[in-house]
Amino acid sequence: MLDNTTRPNKLPAAPGVGYKPQHFAQILDHSQPVAWLEIHAENYMGDGGRPLAQLRHLSEKFPISVHGVGLSIGSEDPLDPDHLARLKHLVGWLNPASFSEHLAWSTHDSHFLNDLLPLPYTDATLARVCEHIDQVQDVVGRQMLLENPSSYLAFEESTWSEPDFLREIARGTGCGLLLDVNNVFVSATNLDFSPQGYIDAYPLDAVGEIHLGGHDEDEDDHGHPLLIDSHGREVVDPVWALLDYVLERSGPRPLLVEWDTDVPDWPILRAEADRAQAALDRVPA
Amino acid sequence: MSVSQKSFHTALLDPAVATPAGLQDADAQPAGRRFSVYRNNVAVSLTEAMHQAFPVITKLLGPKNMDGLSGLFLRKHPPSSPLIMFYGDAFPDFLAGMEQLSHLGYLPDVARLELALRRAYHAADSQAAPADALAVPPEDIMRAQLRFAPSMQVQQSDWPVVSIWRFNSEDNAPKPEAEAQDVLITRPEFDPAPHVLPKGGAHWIAGLQTGQTIGSAFEETATHFPEFDLGATLALLLQGGAITSVTIERLAT
Repeated sequence: MLDNTTRPNKLPAAPGVGYKPQHFAQILDHSQPVAWLEIHAENYMGDGGRPLAQLRHLSEKFPISVHGVGLSIGSEDPLDPDHLARLKHLVGWLNPASFSEHLAWSTHDSHFLNDLLPLPYTDATLARVCEHIDQVQDVVGRQMLLENPSSYLAFEESTWSEPDFLREIARGTGCGLLLDVNNVFVSATNLDFSPQGYIDAYPLDAVGEIHLGGHDEDEDDHGHPLLIDSHGREVVDPVWALLDYVLERSGPRPLLVEWDTDVPDWPILRAEADRAQAALDRVPA
Repeated sequence: MSVSQKSFHTALLDPAVATPAGLQDADAQPAGRRFSVYRNNVAVSLTEAMHQAFPVITKLLGPKNMDGLSGLFLRKHPPSSPLIMFYGDAFPDFLAGMEQLSHLGYLPDVARLELALRRAYHAADSQAAPADALAVPPEDIMRAQLRFAPSMQVQQSDWPVVSIWRFNSEDNAPKPEAEAQDVLITRPEFDPAPHVLPKGGAHWIAGLQTGQTIGSAFEETATHFPEFDLGATLALLLQGGAITSVTIERLAT
């Protein structure tokens, strides 16, 4: 277990955005830049060229959060040692303010499926995920944050609630948590639970970062609403309200606006970051 | 009922396989369409990755056909690593094996060119040798050994691949004419560009990569390609910043 007092998450309790290369010039030119940037680790695992040059440049001006999407921490298979080594290398030279990954799996039998796939919340999953997180924190040499998923279905075999499961992982491994409030809203809608109830049960003390993003609306075979975590539009009002609910209880935290598909022009993304700042401004001192 | 990742994985890639039992909605009804969200995420995200990776193939076949082909490809060759920027290594051979596309014999080589451009884009940075590094007497040039930038890529083709690539990537590029073209990709700063190598150029570069001198590789190449233009090939390499060092062994005096 990692002592999480030794390497605190160094992101400011202010709004950041998910970095997209098409915004490079505006981010650097803007008179009021965002407070920090998040990158997807896997996009910066080449050997050189423009992606790494841009990242080096940005890291001189902004705190960077490295957010992995390919480690497959929930895998039934062992973690991919090559991918762990690539993460260690990236985190090593970049020395980011934060490193995070997902409570999900994406690789099986050496096939990477490019999606964050769901896990049953059982004792067996708990033991495996904790073992993998111990290994990651050991290899990468720092505390990581673990993000809650968007759920479209549930496992009959699950015996843990998600907040309890995350609390137990954080307790057992010393990892921090990345609370995605859009994911909470999406899962709560899809699986008929109260998002506020989820937050009440969730270990807010362990939260090192909060994610916000947009989702799409669909329905299941029975006409039940089915929200899809698409990161392709503005954050909806009920998710902003849920953020307020969280911040009232947690106090100010680093906030990140994610927009990964149909990426908008910079001013639109920047306006979402302003809205996140307004939410922080409402938090009682 | 426990659901293994193996059964999840199998059903994910094969829509004909039933959704694993043990996946459900909030009322404990079978997950049904909810499982399709994951199927869809996998197929759509990898299809999108294929479009981005092979823009010229997509243009040649049309986006709809590329969607269909990507769907077949991603089920047969799912990514083997989370580095999606390198996905599609197996695509040229996959295209070559498609009987319905056999009348478009150049497609696999165009796909190889697009893969090579991506490798060049993400290759390690390097410092080009100074412009005057080869401003030496001719006999010294022939004794020189060269090192190349990691971003440099060479491809041999029986098709006019560079012309096909240009015609589908650039405005006002001339229509391709039937000829074999060897390709040199250089990346002066961050943007890789393909060039047509003089006949025999790929052969000569391969000789240098095994440690031959400019002269010995030239003699060897000239036996196969008497028309080989050494000066034009060196100029392409120098202009593209593809030569990182020149070593000239001094004769003992």
